[in-house]
Amino acid sequence: MPQFEHNDTDVVVIVGSGAGGGTMANELTRRGLKVVLFEAGKRQSLASFSQNPGEAFAQLTWLEPRSQSGSWDPVKTSPTLPAWHCRTVGGTTVHWTAATPRLQSYEIRARSTYGDIPGASLADWPIDYAELKRWYQVAEKRLGVTRRNGNPGMPASNNFKVMYAGARRLGYKRVHTNYLAINSRARDGRGFCIQQGFCVQGCKTGAKWSTLYTEIPRAEASGKLDLRSGCFVTRIEHDDAGRASGVVYRDSAGAEQRQRARIVCVAGNAIETARLLLLSESGRFKRGLANGSDQVGRNYCHHVLGFVFGIFEQPVSFWRGAVLAGVVEDENVHEPRRGFAGGYHLELAMLDLPTLPLIGLPYGWGRDFASVIDNYRNMAGMLINGEDLPRADNRITLSRTLQDGYGLPVAHIHCDPHPNDLAMRAHAAAQGKKIYEAAGAKRTVLSTIPPATHQMGTARMSHDPGRGVTNAFGRTHEVPNLFISDGSVQTTAGAANPTLTIVALALRQAEHIGREIAAQRL
Amino acid sequence: MNKGATPSGSLQSAERRVFVRGVGILTGVIALGSPLAALLPGRAWAVELRVLSSAEAAALLAMIRTIAPHDSLEDAAYALVVNAVDADAAGSPPARADLNAGIASLGDGFVVMPEEARIERLRHIESGAFFQSVRLKTLLVLYNNPIAWAHFGFQGESFSKGGYLLRGFNDLKWLPEVPLADSGPMPIA
Repeated sequence: MPQFEHNDTDVVVIVGSGAGGGTMANELTRRGLKVVLFEAGKRQSLASFSQNPGEAFAQLTWLEPRSQSGSWDPVKTSPTLPAWHCRTVGGTTVHWTAATPRLQSYEIRARSTYGDIPGASLADWPIDYAELKRWYQVAEKRLGVTRRNGNPGMPASNNFKVMYAGARRLGYKRVHTNYLAINSRARDGRGFCIQQGFCVQGCKTGAKWSTLYTEIPRAEASGKLDLRSGCFVTRIEHDDAGRASGVVYRDSAGAEQRQRARIVCVAGNAIETARLLLLSESGRFKRGLANGSDQVGRNYCHHVLGFVFGIFEQPVSFWRGAVLAGVVEDENVHEPRRGFAGGYHLELAMLDLPTLPLIGLPYGWGRDFASVIDNYRNMAGMLINGEDLPRADNRITLSRTLQDGYGLPVAHIHCDPHPNDLAMRAHAAAQGKKIYEAAGAKRTVLSTIPPATHQMGTARMSHDPGRGVTNAFGRTHEVPNLFISDGSVQTTAGAANPTLTIVALALRQAEHIGREIAAQRL
Repeated sequence: MNKGATPSGSLQSAERRVFVRGVGILTGVIALGSPLAALLPGRAWAVELRVLSSAEAAALLAMIRTIAPHDSLEDAAYALVVNAVDADAAGSPPARADLNAGIASLGDGFVVMPEEARIERLRHIESGAFFQSVRLKTLLVLYNNPIAWAHFGFQGESFSKGGYLLRGFNDLKWLPEVPLADSGPMPIA
């Protein structure tokens, strides 16, 4: 693997190696560009993934603290882990559950479709749906998404049989084993899913797409990638002309280093991406880099989330099988008669032990709590995943109270759910309960709001430099060679699990960069 | 969180251990047919404590049982949590003092109280740091070891056994099968 010089002004620096950064690394090296890919975490492998849930959590998770405020449940119920994402080569694609639905056309026109909702900072995306759809198709081929392009659907697990029976009895029509970036048959040099049920601990067979063993090795094979794992970028620097000139980082020994760059792409997951831009404030960019609009960190979205469990008389063994291999799509519509704007998915889900008692249950302790776990064999589970509305004050800022090991302020998360989010969650919870009751449940349980696994919106796209951080290509309005390459750019959240959209936009961004370089505009 | 690697955790056979260190001791007898039976040479088990007295350990065990009351889960599983709480406090005098004070706050006779009275007592302290730390430790330890997994039915990792593809991921028979159009074929015959 090449090691590019610190003062090499010809490299593209990418910060973060997940869905966005890992894909960008492959796409840019494929186009002949030299790439230095920074990843704060360590590199694991199929062989090194721990199969003990507690150990795997420690191995993969971004565990630095966040400070937090607001009325959002995780502030209170999950203070040590309000957001659950990864710090490892491959980023959150190592622990993701690989659901890859598309956003719907109405969702990228949320402001036009929903109207002016008080307390929300809705906006339309600056992209046509036809354009986005074209890139979804490219991304689906890349990831080998099931039920697309001739890839078979996943076979039905026990947990899905329960969801399917209940949902169909309730009249839902679009119920299937989900769109998944998991091989339902061998393809792309990787085998088929053997239904381990350990997606979250890292897929030991590699049947699940992750940049760790797809995009990144391909970029390495190009001879153009310098992957620096265990290296944490603390600041993006700029030159006198206001162009990004490189990054400051801590190497794996903790020593401060500088890497020059011709282009910088930030893909640190929406919380850390916003934090890095804010940490990069300077005399010229006093509110943070590329933050003249004051939109960096704002409009933080994380989806309307909740688990619904059904407890049955007979065994389900819901821990067996791909975690999210099922979905009810019918509620992913804008139908204001339900009492809220936007829509949601009900996705199959299970939680292992000890994760179920840690994040899945509302009771805290005692008989109600313990009696759920007593029924672990007979449980079925689903995850509510709905569109949450962006709010200007739901935002990432630099913490005033907590610092990381380098003395830098950690991210502060402030979040107050919009009343629309709460109305949607109540509706989704009631529908989930009805599904399980239709399948014969003797008891149903709604979780508290779990830690956020989808982070979006903190550097939103907009045609208007006064209303968004980037243009429609994720290129920042103020710094022409600075790109945002992760879910931060989502103008609104929609109800789709974000990875497919992140990959689609990264593929599109890479093509844009290639075109701009060829035209000598970058 | 590493208890999963050693199925018997910190439990030792009472028949083999020698009482040298430790201020307290927590003992019990495992049930016939317990998954632990295969792991210990005898049915008696013992946890040697570094901070807690035997009486304190018994009170803490009663507290943990009240937090997570699984009547048919044997004390040996709960003793793993007692041991973890004890070990956490061993390295730091302030933590020792906090733990001793926390257990004292349970009051006299906590162990022999009826469950309703224990719940009532815990309600008074549930917002405090002592209760919250014991609750969190209970969740992290009690449900993350092979004793609990065997008890509750969680079969854990499956990679070493070829996944669940041919081991029951779709063996549910009490509901209709899903049509192929809404699912997909098995990848192997």
